[in-house]
Amino acid sequence: MKETPLSNCERRFLLRAIEEKKRLDGRQTYDYRNIKISFGTDYGCCIVELGKTRVLGQVSCELVSPKLNRATEGILFFNLELSQMAAPAFEPGRQSDLLVKLNRLLERCLRNSKCIDTESLCVVAGEKVWQIRVDLHLLNHDGNIIDAASIAAIVALCHFRRPDVSVQGDEITLYALEERDPVPLSIHHMPICISFAFFQQGTYLLVDPNEREERVMDGLLVIAMNKHREICTIQSSGGIMLLQDQVLRCSKIAGVKVAEITELIQKALENDKRVRKEGGKFGFAESIANQRITAFKMEKAPVDTSDVEEKAEEIIAEADPPSEAVSKPVLWTPGTAQIGEGIESSWGDLEEEEDEDEGGSDDVTILDSVKMETEDQNVGDHITDDTPIVLSDSEEDEIIILEPGENPKKTRIQANNSKQEKASSKKAIRKKKKKKKAAKILLF
Amino acid sequence: MMAASQTSASVPRVARTMLGQVVLPGEELLLPESAGPGTEGSAEQTLRLGSVVRPRARVVCGPGLRRCGDRLLVTKCGRLRHKEPGGSGGGGGVYWVDSQQKRYVPVKGDHVIGIVTAKSGDLFKVDVGGSEPASLSYLAFEGATKRNRPNVQVGDLIYGQFVVANKDMEPEMVCIDSSGRANGMGVIGQDGLLFKVTLGLIRKLLAPECEIIQEIGKLYPLEIVFGMNGRIWVKARTIQQTLILANVLEACEHMTTEQRKQIFSRLSES
Repeated sequence: MKETPLSNCERRFLLRAIEEKKRLDGRQTYDYRNIKISFGTDYGCCIVELGKTRVLGQVSCELVSPKLNRATEGILFFNLELSQMAAPAFEPGRQSDLLVKLNRLLERCLRNSKCIDTESLCVVAGEKVWQIRVDLHLLNHDGNIIDAASIAAIVALCHFRRPDVSVQGDEITLYALEERDPVPLSIHHMPICISFAFFQQGTYLLVDPNEREERVMDGLLVIAMNKHREICTIQSSGGIMLLQDQVLRCSKIAGVKVAEITELIQKALENDKRVRKEGGKFGFAESIANQRITAFKMEKAPVDTSDVEEKAEEIIAEADPPSEAVSKPVLWTPGTAQIGEGIESSWGDLEEEEDEDEGGSDDVTILDSVKMETEDQNVGDHITDDTPIVLSDSEEDEIIILEPGENPKKTRIQANNSKQEKASSKKAIRKKKKKKKAAKILLF
Repeated sequence: MMAASQTSASVPRVARTMLGQVVLPGEELLLPESAGPGTEGSAEQTLRLGSVVRPRARVVCGPGLRRCGDRLLVTKCGRLRHKEPGGSGGGGGVYWVDSQQKRYVPVKGDHVIGIVTAKSGDLFKVDVGGSEPASLSYLAFEGATKRNRPNVQVGDLIYGQFVVANKDMEPEMVCIDSSGRANGMGVIGQDGLLFKVTLGLIRKLLAPECEIIQEIGKLYPLEIVFGMNGRIWVKARTIQQTLILANVLEACEHMTTEQRKQIFSRLSES
């Protein structure tokens, strides 16, 4: 799949933000993203997170015959892989330019700096040596792969234990992990890569660029250094001309950053060692926290019922008196009268709206009562609309239901629910008012 | 006894009882109609489906579900959701799975933010984050004619709508509605910041009366565009404010309501 292109507006925004000394994630110019190191259950397995960039490191070992020209030295092998899991633009099984560049830089950083004592990996000179293989997998790509990969590689190597071997005469014994404690590799120093991104022909400098900053940068300078401030490798890419004091300044920053990161690595290693010794829980399942998606939780909203009665009164007070109230009742037959002309029922569409509402609301009891309410009103409505009001005993009952004394109880539920219900209660009250009037008139 | 309990676990459950619960790909769900009185065997149910005319229980399969005979087959993991059909009660309605993913799959009618990647003849190629770029005709802008071409450059942001989005076919976008009006669509301004969030968060933000959006609107004056493809374009008065808004929106996904309220109150104070 093709890489998502960078839009003009992103590019412009990034460059303007860099000019204002602001970064997308709120970092300062020389800030690193958060580094998190977690170890797997096996020795030599770790995940390093640099912000959202994640690299999995795994070290394995094997007994092989040495190279002819170096009979007493073990073999170190590094391999970084960029899978599609990290970013859809990476193609599997293809050596892209970026991958070749990263692998080469990693080798220079770790092998050529002789940070691992390869002679200690020799078992029998000229016959058997240990081959140490470091596999690095990029799990997620959010820029600055090389720093994350170099940290992951050195952490995995520090964490790794190889099986113990003893040589007695011609006999070589390889001990399983249960028989003898495995031995750690001897590591002289820990080289760590630090990346600097340059913008606007070197005017602006950022440490630890993320993916989008990498896309708009003009040049990149990578310095590999150990905590003794020894530069292990240095590489500038992107065809940018750097001044001498720029490089010097970068190396000073790198020294500080490397010291911080080395301390962090040592702390993480000690922590893991202690947990293993104490028999506590370790491994990725324990150390990597789950991120919970909480944005979709529906909180139960408490309904405020403190001043409902006043509110209801207010609504009644504010409600306009019905305009088309006809004062003269028409007497059709003795005992049957009509007040006004039948108004079209507006309750039909209200019901539909309420159906849709149901999904969003969470309190069942309230909804139930509202439903009953509307049904009630429907019954009342029918009488006003379709049939002329019958002045009989049953009609008197109807009037009693709508007595103001009972009003608040009904409106309380409605006023609470939503605006829509409020409107409906308003309507209801209007109707009730009208009826009251009618009742008065009739009684008069 | 063991065997019985095992088979009972694999028996498809009624969709209505699973609402809001997590479903997994491969799971089969029964519709309430088909799980009626004759729940003994599925063969009987299919017979009934064929012979008895059902009174307008229209079921729509949303994202993450596929029809499989008279059942629903789950194709994504997530929570099962349901919406009653408007007006008529009873069965039917829309069922879908609320899943969490980042990869966008074009859907007809969706409003998305795309990036113009190429101009070729009378078509623009627009990257929308799907498996292939969408095509956008230069005539599909408000007021565009053969003579009067819209001013669109490669790398510009486009807010548009899908008119064609089929499987294995190039999707097609337009920036006008059915009456030829822009209706907010078209080229998005040159300033502002584009960033990506998960599709779930976008749906949440676009839900009517979303609290997050209402709270964010109170912070700073802002312009914001949400694309269903997980892209958000935001612009506030200054770069600092734009950055804050973008970071807050991104962080909202993993915050509880209380945490979010705290952060918003802290931001509005400063």
